[in-house]
This record gives sequence, structure tokens and C-alpha cells, in this order.
Amino acid sequence: MSANRPAWMGRPSPVVRTAKAVALTVVVLLVIFPFWTIVATSIATPEEVIANGGWVVIPTTLSFSAYTDVFEGGVITNALAVSAGITVIGTAASLVATIFLAYALARPGVVGGRGVLLLVLFTFLFPPAMIPSFLVVRETGLFDEYAALILPVLINVFNLVVMRGFFQSVPGELIEAARLDGAGDLRILTRIVMPLSKAVIAVVGLFYAVAYWNSFFNAIIYLDDSSKWPIQAVLRQYVSQGAALTDTSEQTMVNSPQSVKMAVVVMATIPIVLVYPFIQRFFTKGVLTGAIKS
Amino acid sequence: MVATSTRNGEAPPSTPPEVDPKASPPRRGREPLRRRVRRDWALLALMLPGVLYFLVFHYGALFGNLIAFKDYVPFIGVWDSPWVGMENFTSLLSDGDFWHAAWNTVSIAGLQLLFYFPAPLALALLLHSLAGDTLRRFVQSVVYLPHFISWVIVVALFQQVLGDIGVLNGVLGDMGLSAVDIIGNPDAYRPLVIAQVIWKECGWGTIIFLAALTNVNEQLYEAAAIDGAGWWRRFWHVTLPAIRPVVILLLILRLGDILTVGFEQFFLQRNAVGPAAGEVLDTFVYYTGIGSGDFGTATAAGLMKGAIGLVLVYSANKIAHRMGEQGVYKSS
Repeated sequence: MSANRPAWMGRPSPVVRTAKAVALTVVVLLVIFPFWTIVATSIATPEEVIANGGWVVIPTTLSFSAYTDVFEGGVITNALAVSAGITVIGTAASLVATIFLAYALARPGVVGGRGVLLLVLFTFLFPPAMIPSFLVVRETGLFDEYAALILPVLINVFNLVVMRGFFQSVPGELIEAARLDGAGDLRILTRIVMPLSKAVIAVVGLFYAVAYWNSFFNAIIYLDDSSKWPIQAVLRQYVSQGAALTDTSEQTMVNSPQSVKMAVVVMATIPIVLVYPFIQRFFTKGVLTGAIKS
Repeated sequence: MVATSTRNGEAPPSTPPEVDPKASPPRRGREPLRRRVRRDWALLALMLPGVLYFLVFHYGALFGNLIAFKDYVPFIGVWDSPWVGMENFTSLLSDGDFWHAAWNTVSIAGLQLLFYFPAPLALALLLHSLAGDTLRRFVQSVVYLPHFISWVIVVALFQQVLGDIGVLNGVLGDMGLSAVDIIGNPDAYRPLVIAQVIWKECGWGTIIFLAALTNVNEQLYEAAAIDGAGWWRRFWHVTLPAIRPVVILLLILRLGDILTVGFEQFFLQRNAVGPAAGEVLDTFVYYTGIGSGDFGTATAAGLMKGAIGLVLVYSANKIAHRMGEQGVYKSS
């Protein structure tokens, strides 16, 4: 582990090493512990959760009744389905729009290209404010439509700039050669540029997916009908406002709402944790650090 | 076919245009617009969805800011609503709640600057000092994770750990100590929100510092060590100068954002502590506009916040330049 310590760097003293070890352990525990306790509380028996006052760190017996309760209720199942749908459709739409625009802006000398680029970069200075965006959504007839969760956030300027930078690094000779062979722009994009940019497309796609999965505020302001709400918006309703699960009925109340709440928190977190190792893989490739620096 | 040959004929013979995108081929400008459009139609079509998006949702929203100067009536729309000049702004400035929200925002931002800003730098230095790659990668993957967790869940996690029926109070109770009132207590609100943002973003914030730290030339350290510089002097003379531009850049960006402390986090917890402690400018905009339907005043508040932010970034950047620093990036 310490094999790659440069020769000039002396081995730190035991005091320093202990201090570092303690600091790192504390940091790691502070991050992991909250996750640990929600999972533990969600899989403990409801009786144990109640007896212990609402939380469990090490469950004595495992029980998945909180999860079966949640799924029987319907609200959460529905909200999870909405979230999944928004995430899948939204990510696909965002990726397509971002890739198309990034590619067109990466080609030099396109008619109107500079103007569009300025138009896009200018929005960095004036991100859309809450109330005007709300009015746009209302006036375009998106209010109370699922599309209101996707279209207003279709393209992230940062993602677009990163993508464009990556596309620009694709060797121009390749593109010109393909053009000589009679390939059109769409073909060049899908057959040459995109296969060479898999890493950046994956990263940007994951970023979009995480953002869609996590978003709740747009749902709260744009969707009047709360039965359309995604999981994060529903979760906010009764985690941070203490509201009961609307149609899981009395069964829930008997069955320790705390463990049920925690089960919902776990389910809202799981997709992120599952996808995380994939995001993590790209950090090592330096895709992100390179992008952030630019 | 015609289009293709024109395009090829124009490309500079030896250097591929992608190498230097700024040097646009000089002859291109003389071509008639119609032919250029016909040549680039495919690319223009690819641009279309994105351009439409920006026009509608960014520039449309920019246009919507007009209602800050109007008495907005939803039925007749943004354009036809009557102008009222600066009335929305004057009523805003005479509103005690607005000033209260502004004060909360600035003081929370100040606390963030004091505690949240240096945290990732400290963690990055600690991570960078680790000799073992495996250990460092493990810690990194743990501390980056909270960045990807939504604020709803972060708030729920904090409740479960620090709330009145949470782990902390349970343990205190078991030890026979009295419970501490953290969640929903206005007096504890500021430390709480700072702790939350550090928990969520500190790890992620290390990325940019680590990038700067790994870019330091190893030979500088080596030379310093050979010259007898100890740990502290190596840090002071090699590490610190290397990361200073990044630190200053982030500081400038942060100063420009001093009126923004984050919206979702505060929106989620504002009601639990009440507006006196919990209202910040962004939640004020929300509750004034979407909550009470006073769109004009809410937009005026948002607009003013944005304008002050721009001025702040600009001035901070100026100061940085004067101090001989690079300042904010020039957008490509």
C-alpha cells in the first residue's frame, strides 16, 4: 500500500499516522452511519423499532414487513414507477438533445453556429428564475403534465459544454474521410463521433439520470395532481411533513410508521447507490476532472 | 453531393479545422447564406431541438422577468399586463419579511463561507497526503456518494440520526442524559444546515482541489526535500502556491453566489423552524410568488438577487485580477 511513496517523503511519525487514521475513520463513519441506520430501521421488526423509540442500529430479527406494507399501499409503487419513467424518458431525451446540439456546435464554420453558441453560453449568466420559469410552463400548457418534469430541464449547459469539448477532440481527418465516403452528418455522429465518446456520453447520461431521479421541486410546483408525483416528492410529503401514507390505511399506523418511512427512504436511495459504482468508474478516467477544469 | 464537395473544397488543405476551431476558414464568409444553409441543413436540423429548448425555457423565462415591472394578471398574460414601473421593487424594499430573508441568507452564506468552504480543502489535503492508493480510492468513493443523494433523503437521514426520536437522542436517553432539540429548533437551524451541506457536498468538493494537488510537479517536492525543507515548508512553498488559483477562483464564484445558499435544502425545512429562522431569499420568492400569488413582487426579488449576484462576481473578479490572480475562467 505504501509502495509508491516517493523516496524524499519520509515515513510520517506514528502520531501523524494515528491522527490521519482517526480522522479518516470518523469521516467515513459519518457518511456511512446515516445510511446504515435507515437500512437497519427499515428491516427491523416493527415491534423492535417501536420499543427502541423509532430507530435501530443493529436489528435483532430481520423483517421485511415494512417493505411489503409499502408495496401494498400503492402510493409508493406508483411514485416509484413515475420516477423510473421520468428518469428513463428524461435521460434519453436529454441525451439526444444534448448530443445533437453539442455535435452541431462542435463542427467548425456551421452557419449560425457562433450565434447559437453565444445564445447558449449567455444563459450561464442568467439561469432561469423560479417565477418566470413557472409562467413559461403555464403558458406552454405543460402545467400538470409529466412533460413539465422533463422539458424545462432538458439540457444542462454544463453538460452541453463538456460534451462539445469532447466532440471537438475527435480528429477532424476521421470526419472528413467519412464525408468523402458520402456519409451524412447524422451517420458521422452515430458511427464515428459517438462511439469515440462513449465515456463522456455515459457520464453525462448518468448525471442526467441522477438529476431526474432526485428532482422533486418541479413536481411540487408543476404537478397539481399529487397522484402524479414521483417518489422524491411523495417522500418529502411524509418524511419531512410527517403526513401519513395516504392509502396504506391503519395497517401502516399499527405497523410502526417509522420503519415504513425508512423503507421508503431506502427505496428512493437504492437506484442511486446501484448506479453509483458506474459513475465512480469514470472518476478514475479523469473525464470529470478534465471537464471541470475547462 | 454538391454540398459535400463544397465543404471539402473549403477545408484548409493540411490542418484539420478541428485543431483550431477559432480560426474559421476565411473564404466561408463570402459564400451566399442560402448555399451555406443548404450545405449545413443537417447540422441545423440537429441543433433545432436544443435551440428551441433554450429559446423557450431560458429566453422565454428571461422575457418573463418583465412582470417584475408589471401588475401581472394571469388571464391576460405577461405582455398585456399593465406596466407599473418600479412599484414592485418599492413594495419589496419596504417589506420587512424581505429584509429578514435577505439577512438570513447573508448570514447563512457567511457561515457557509467560514465552515463549509474550507472543509473540502482540508479533506483534499488529508486525502492527498495518503500514500496508499487503495485506501484513498476507498475513502473517495465513500465521501463522493452523498453528493448524488437528493436533499429530501438527506433531510430524512438527518432526522433519523438527530431528530427527537432519532439515534442521538435515543443514545443520550439510554445514558440517562436529557435529549437535545436539534431538528425543528430555530436556534439550532443554522448549525444544522451548515452540517448538512458539509455532509452532502464536502467529499464532492475535494475533486477540484485534488485535481490541482495532483498537478503539482513532483520534482518541486523532491527538490524542496533535498534542500532540507520539512513538511511544513513544503506545504507552504509548494502545495499552497499550486492550489491558490483554484481556491481564489472558487472563492470568487462563492462570493458571487452569496445571495444563494441553496434552495431545496431550505425549502424542505423552512416550515419546520418557521419563517423567522428558516426564510432565505429563494424561499421568500417561492412563498411570495407561488405561495401567495404575488408574482410581480416575487419576480422583482428574484431579479434583484440575480443582478446583485452578477455585480458581486464581476467585482470579486476585478479584485482578483488586481491582486494578480487569474480569476474566473474565460468561457470557451
